Amino acid sequence: MTAETKRIDITLETSLESVALAEDMSLRVATAAGFGDDECHRIGMSVREGVINAFHYGNSANREKKIHLAFELTPEKMVIRVLDEGRGFDLTEVPDPLAEENLLKTSGRGIFLMRAFMDEFDVARGPQGGAEIIMAKRFPPARQSNPQSTGGSSSTVGKEE
Amino acid sequence: MNLRATARDVGEVTVIDFGGGITLGEGSALLRQMLRDLIAKGHRKIVLNLGDVNYIDSSGIGELVGGFISMRNQKGELKLLNLTKKVQDLIQITKLYTVFDVYSDEAAAVRSFRP
Repeated sequence: MTAETKRIDITLETSLESVALAEDMSLRVATAAGFGDDECHRIGMSVREGVINAFHYGNSANREKKIHLAFELTPEKMVIRVLDEGRGFDLTEVPDPLAEENLLKTSGRGIFLMRAFMDEFDVARGPQGGAEIIMAKRFPPARQSNPQSTGGSSSTVGKEE
Repeated sequence: MNLRATARDVGEVTVIDFGGGITLGEGSALLRQMLRDLIAKGHRKIVLNLGDVNYIDSSGIGELVGGFISMRNQKGELKLLNLTKKVQDLIQITKLYTVFDVYSDEAAAVRSFRP
């Protein structure tokens, strides 16, 4: 992480309340970083879907497990990491919700929505296992040429809910 | 982002006016329960008026699809009315416009049901 990168780390309970909390925090960070309303909506929804994924599929709603959320602001983009304490998963094995046979499924659209709403999206294995969703939204070119407009001043913040 | 829902009858058609968000948790549960109750009472022509729904997540989309399937299994029909731009965008990118009948006019939605 370079000196120009600002990072916020948050540890969340595996609970429904964490979904809205994570989304709310992401909206605050995205707004402070200078994203417009539409982009903030996409970032907030992607964080919501990432935390839902960690809650349901990663941690299987087990309250003893945690969800680790991080926001990084670089001069070029906002990077979001959502790490669960589950078994991890292979992105290539996630069914395509747009396939004819999956259109009427009642679940399985979260990953698709994150991919659609963010500029970068990947899933990695976490340092101690689990799945880490890593996604990013790039700043518009005008914002990148004026990185001083980045909101906030904290470098690393830890919070245990 | 709590979901509010009120059902009213327009002839043989039940229109449910929703407001708020259809998201994981109470919002999705309310939609599921409401449709379940109406189906149990014999309602087979239902319009979901989403004009005041400002937010739907993947769980809410799943509930809409679940409601559509439940109605179809009971030989009924479920249609959508007055999508906000955000909801319309979601229906578009998830290709669910190929599944749902969507209307912007309530009278047209009510008339569209088979007699």
